Amino acid sequence: MEFFLNRYRNLTVLLVAIVAQLVLLAYQVKSNGEVRLIRVWAVSAVTPLARVIEAGRSGTVHFVRDYFVLLNVRQENQRLKADLDRTKMDNQYLRSELSTADRAKSLAIFQQQSPSKTIAAHVIGNTTGVGAKVVIVDRGTGSGVQKGMAVITPDGIVGKVTAAYPTASFVLLITDPSFAAGVISQKNHVHGTLKGQGYSTVIVDYVQNEQKVDPGEQFFTSGDDRIFPRGLPVGEATVVRDGKSYKEIFVTPSGLQNGLEEVLIVTEGVHVPIPEAKPTSQPVHLQAPPPAESSDSSTTDAAPTQAPAQPPVQSGPLTTDADRLFDQYRKIGEAEKHVYGQGGRGAPNFNINLNPRPVNATSTPPGAQNSAPSAQRPASPQAQSSAPPPAAPTPQNPGAKRP
Amino acid sequence: MSDLGTDFRLDFSETQLLKKGVSKYHIAAVIGIPLVAILFQVYVPRFFERLSYLELPLLVTVYFSLMRRSPVAGVLYGAGIGLAQDSLSHNPLGMFGIVKTLVGYFAASMSQRFDVQNAGVRLVLSFFFCFFHQFFYWVLGRALLGEALDMDLETTLVVAVLNALVAVPLFHILDKLKVTG
Repeated sequence: MEFFLNRYRNLTVLLVAIVAQLVLLAYQVKSNGEVRLIRVWAVSAVTPLARVIEAGRSGTVHFVRDYFVLLNVRQENQRLKADLDRTKMDNQYLRSELSTADRAKSLAIFQQQSPSKTIAAHVIGNTTGVGAKVVIVDRGTGSGVQKGMAVITPDGIVGKVTAAYPTASFVLLITDPSFAAGVISQKNHVHGTLKGQGYSTVIVDYVQNEQKVDPGEQFFTSGDDRIFPRGLPVGEATVVRDGKSYKEIFVTPSGLQNGLEEVLIVTEGVHVPIPEAKPTSQPVHLQAPPPAESSDSSTTDAAPTQAPAQPPVQSGPLTTDADRLFDQYRKIGEAEKHVYGQGGRGAPNFNINLNPRPVNATSTPPGAQNSAPSAQRPASPQAQSSAPPPAAPTPQNPGAKRP
Repeated sequence: MSDLGTDFRLDFSETQLLKKGVSKYHIAAVIGIPLVAILFQVYVPRFFERLSYLELPLLVTVYFSLMRRSPVAGVLYGAGIGLAQDSLSHNPLGMFGIVKTLVGYFAASMSQRFDVQNAGVRLVLSFFFCFFHQFFYWVLGRALLGEALDMDLETTLVVAVLNALVAVPLFHILDKLKVTG
C-alpha cells in the first residue's frame, strides 16, 4: 500500500482532491443546502476589502467631479456679476433639478411612496465566474435581508437575493440565464415568464402565439412567483414575433438602464394593481362640418379675416358637397330648360350665373346666411339688408362683439 | 494556502528544485496574487463589464502550476483557488474547485515536458487550459448539477484566445516576483 501511494503519489493526491470536492458537491445538491461556514468566511474576508476599494474609488471620483464642479461655479460667479438676477433664478432651477435628479434622493422618495417595505443597499462588487450576472450588495442578514427577497430600483426590478450573509448578500440579476419571474403585460394582461439571457436584453417566455402583445408594451411583475410583488415595472417589449410554439418577446429591463449602484431590497412586499395603459392612438380631432356653400359667389369674396360668428349649422337637407353640386346642376338644368339624360340637345351652360350680384350687395358671412331660412334662395338686396350678419370683431369693425 | 510553501519544500530538495528549473516565490506572493486575481474578478467587471470574461484566477493557477512543476502543488493550488472562487460565486462549492484542480494537475504535468519559459508555449498552454476550463465547467454543470447551460463554441474559443493573449504579458510580470538565489 505504501509502495502504491509513493509510486502514484501525484495521482493519489489528485483523486483525493477530486473525490473530496465531489462529496462536498453531492452533499450540497442532495441536502439542497450549502456549506455556509466557508462562504461566510470568504464573504466576510472579501467584503471589507471590497468596501475599502469602493470607498477609495468613489472618493477619487467625487473629488475629481467636485473639482470640475467648483471650476464651473467660479465661472458662474463671474457671470453672476453681469446678470445677478437671471443667474440666481437659473441657479435655483439647476439646484432643484440636481436635487431631484439625485439618485439617492429619488430612491428615498420612492421608498417613502412605495407601499412595500424596503431597505436601501449599495452594490459593492460582482461575484466570480465568467460573465456572472450576480452582484454583491452591502446589506446582509444583519439588516434583515433574507434569501429570496426581491431587489428593485425606482425604475424597475433588478433581481433577487440568492444568498444572505451577515454583512453582504448576493443578488442574482434578471439578466442571468438562471433567473425567472412571473410577469404580465400592461395593455393586454398577458401572463408570461421573464427569463435572463446573459446579456442586457431579457425575454418573456411561455406566451402563446395566439395571445396579443404589442411592441412597446410595458411589462409588470404579476406576483405569481411570490418573490416580486405585483405591479412593479419590468421593462418595455422591444421585439415581439411569433415563435415555434411560443411568442419571442424581447424586453429591455427598465431597472438596469441607469446603471446599478443603489438598490432597494423588498423586505415586505405589497401587491399593487397594474397601472392602466395609456391609449396608444392619439386622440383624433374632427373639424366641424363645413358651412353650406352659398349659391351667391359673392360670399366667397367676403373678407377672409372674418371669423365665423357661430359654428356652422347645417340647414336644409343638403349635407354633402355632392348634394350641393347635384342641387346646383339641377337648378342650372331648370334655368336652361335642359333635361339631363336626353341626348341630342347638348349640355347646358354650366357657367350661367343663377344669382346675378346686386350692385349694392354687401358681403355676408357664410354662417349668417346659412342660419337664415332664405339661404338657399337667390339673395335680394332687401333680404340682405333686412338680415344683417352677426358682427364679429374684425380689423374693419373692431368694436363689434361676438353674439 | 499557507501550507503550500511547506508542501513544496517536501517535494524536492533545494538542489533538485534548481536542477529541474523550478521557480520559487515569496509566500506573500503565493497567497496575495490569487487573492488579487479573485478580487479583480469581484470588483472590476462592475465598471468594465467586458473584463468579466477575463479569468485571472485560472491564469494564476496555470502560471503557478507551470512554474512549480509539481502535480501535487498544482492540485493543491488549483483546489484552493477554485474553492475560494466558488465561495464567492452563487454556484455550489466544488464546481470551480474540481475544474481548477484538474487544470493545476495537468498544467504541472505538462510543465515537465515543455519549456514553460517560452512565450509561445505559454500562449498555447494558456489557450488550451482556458478552453479546457470552460468546457469542463460546462460538462460538470450539466452532469452533476443538471443545469441547462449553453456552450457557445465560438464565444468560448474567443474567450480562450483573449485570456491566452493576456496570459503572456501577465506571466512575464509574475516572473519578476521569482525569488532568486
